Amino acid sequence: MLDQNTPGQTLLKVENLTTQFEIEAKSFFRKPTMLTAVNDVSFELKEGRTLGIVGESGCGKSTLGRSILQLIRAQKGRVVWQGKNLLDLTPEQIRLARRDMQIIFQDPIASLDPRMTVGDIIAEPLTVFEPKLSRAQRLERVQEIMAAVGLVPEMINRYPHEFSGGQAQRIGIARAVITRPKLIVCDEPVSALDVSIQGQVITLLRKLRKEFGLTLIFISHDLSVVRLISDDVLVLYLGRIVEAGDCATVFSAPAHPYTQALFSAAPIPDPKLARQRSRIRLQGDPPSPMNPPPGCPFQPRCWKSTDICRTQMPPTELVRQGQSAACYHMDRPPEA
Amino acid sequence: MTDQTQKDVLLELKDYSITFKTPDGDVKAVSNMNLTVRRGERIAIVGESGSGKSQTFLGIMGLLAKNGQTSGQALLEGRDVLALKPRELDKVRGKDMAMVFQDPMTALNPSLKISRQLTEQLEIHRGFTAKAASIEALDMLKRVGIPDPTRRFNLYPHELSGGMRQRIVIAMALLTKPKLLIADEPTTALDVTIQAQILDLFNDLTAEMNTALLMITHDLGVVAGLADRVAVMYAGNIVEEAPVDELFEKPAHPYTAALHAAIPRPDQDVDDLVVIPGRPPNLQHLPKGCNFSPRCPKVQDDCIDRPPQLETLAPQHCAACFHPFPRREELLTHA
Repeated sequence: MLDQNTPGQTLLKVENLTTQFEIEAKSFFRKPTMLTAVNDVSFELKEGRTLGIVGESGCGKSTLGRSILQLIRAQKGRVVWQGKNLLDLTPEQIRLARRDMQIIFQDPIASLDPRMTVGDIIAEPLTVFEPKLSRAQRLERVQEIMAAVGLVPEMINRYPHEFSGGQAQRIGIARAVITRPKLIVCDEPVSALDVSIQGQVITLLRKLRKEFGLTLIFISHDLSVVRLISDDVLVLYLGRIVEAGDCATVFSAPAHPYTQALFSAAPIPDPKLARQRSRIRLQGDPPSPMNPPPGCPFQPRCWKSTDICRTQMPPTELVRQGQSAACYHMDRPPEA
Repeated sequence: MTDQTQKDVLLELKDYSITFKTPDGDVKAVSNMNLTVRRGERIAIVGESGSGKSQTFLGIMGLLAKNGQTSGQALLEGRDVLALKPRELDKVRGKDMAMVFQDPMTALNPSLKISRQLTEQLEIHRGFTAKAASIEALDMLKRVGIPDPTRRFNLYPHELSGGMRQRIVIAMALLTKPKLLIADEPTTALDVTIQAQILDLFNDLTAEMNTALLMITHDLGVVAGLADRVAVMYAGNIVEEAPVDELFEKPAHPYTAALHAAIPRPDQDVDDLVVIPGRPPNLQHLPKGCNFSPRCPKVQDDCIDRPPQLETLAPQHCAACFHPFPRREELLTHA
């Protein structure tokens, strides 16, 4: 799906991943309905790259991130990690594999145990994955990582409630990187933070990515933040990838009408530009994943939709080198 | 000020402060604020959490927590709303000034149908009969862009999506044709495409009804497309106030400049994101001088010594800084 010509080792390969949730049946005699949160998603992630996953609430971006880490078990498809399909592994094997795959959550305070000290929180992955370390060695590693994320050593015995949102997120990041993982899924890591703090955390993630050679999956609803940190981007709508490609290409020439609408709705902090640009005004709300429309998921809100969109799901096609989209009426580059 | 411009003034805050009494002593959430809002004007109040931007207007609406106290004046058409008795305030609130909150679900009563929530105030404030109120409310639902309004009129809030609920709340606020609409982060809980719809709605309706709009937000991007004038708040003070174009092109206060430079852009590749070090001060332990001085790249001795006052730099443009800090390039070298 994503550009396969990018150099580097493939770290993660997701194939036709589908995650469904069972919605409780209204009556004992009825079959429970299934909600498809992630629908037939495939992509490949090269080592050292950062993949942004963008979409609005309910599009399945968080479920996708969690399905990759096996925090939610997917129904169909494959998640190939270091040659193994994670969906086939036993819980114990998955637990061991998580040493290399970590997650950073949106709500920094809620994701930290209020009764543990900062030092214990950051050291916890070590006690799980490297139990042979001595107390002194563990302390050394914790201090080293605290310095790397910009926390002063005196904070080691404090509790999460004593920290601001930005500092708490640094603790969450320290906990995620201490085992030197290969992949970190960042699930809206800066959306709960103030603008000035948001910049600090993104800068930190960029620094750590370089220092530790991390591969990141960066989930966000905010296009500007994704553009700032990602190499590649996936645009999700109602559980499906509608457009994918390298950031520079997708941001400069979005092909799918939904991506175009999303870009044109993103507020630009420049009053003159904001007044000048013509905005695509989308009508209505995204459809409920409980009751998806027939054909293309975007067709009820799409200004380009025709009969075929209402009956058939458009296939994913290459738009140009490094960009693919699933739309019958996408903007294609002019024929050379 | 001439008589004509004086007549134009809708709301005037004079030396307006809010203090909260806490077990650890008094906390001044808003200090000595002055602001003038003219009829039909769209003003954005920008600030980070804890800057006092929401409290300012909760205070005007008489909605502060019990330990909160206002001082100074808030003149709505010359009448000080802070001095009104609760009964008198009830007549002004919801009628002359209305408020739209961030979370549309908690702003609506979950146990009342949409129809009742909308007609109630028409009956109370404008003396409509139940039937006339229904007709008027339905008409407003159409204007705020609710598809199939007749059916939705009889639904409960939980049966509607977030964007739809916010439209209902806006309809509710505008029904009494208020002179001032205060919107506190009205799009923060919404998705981008829905946010764009709601901002358009604010734009169209306030212009159509000549309602003054006070938009409280943390998002400079939202401000750029909507406001005529912007006031930036930091730790309970307005640090800069300017027409929107000027604020973005020539920010004078280092905080405004840094805030602007710290926003990632959806339409540009930014390699050097300006980072503002540190975090906003604790209101209980404010620095002696300028509140921004501990984080300011341009800090000098006088900034630590005494707080700067708002000073006019250009027509309609004022900032509270001893050393106005204009350029992005200069900022980058400090980051």
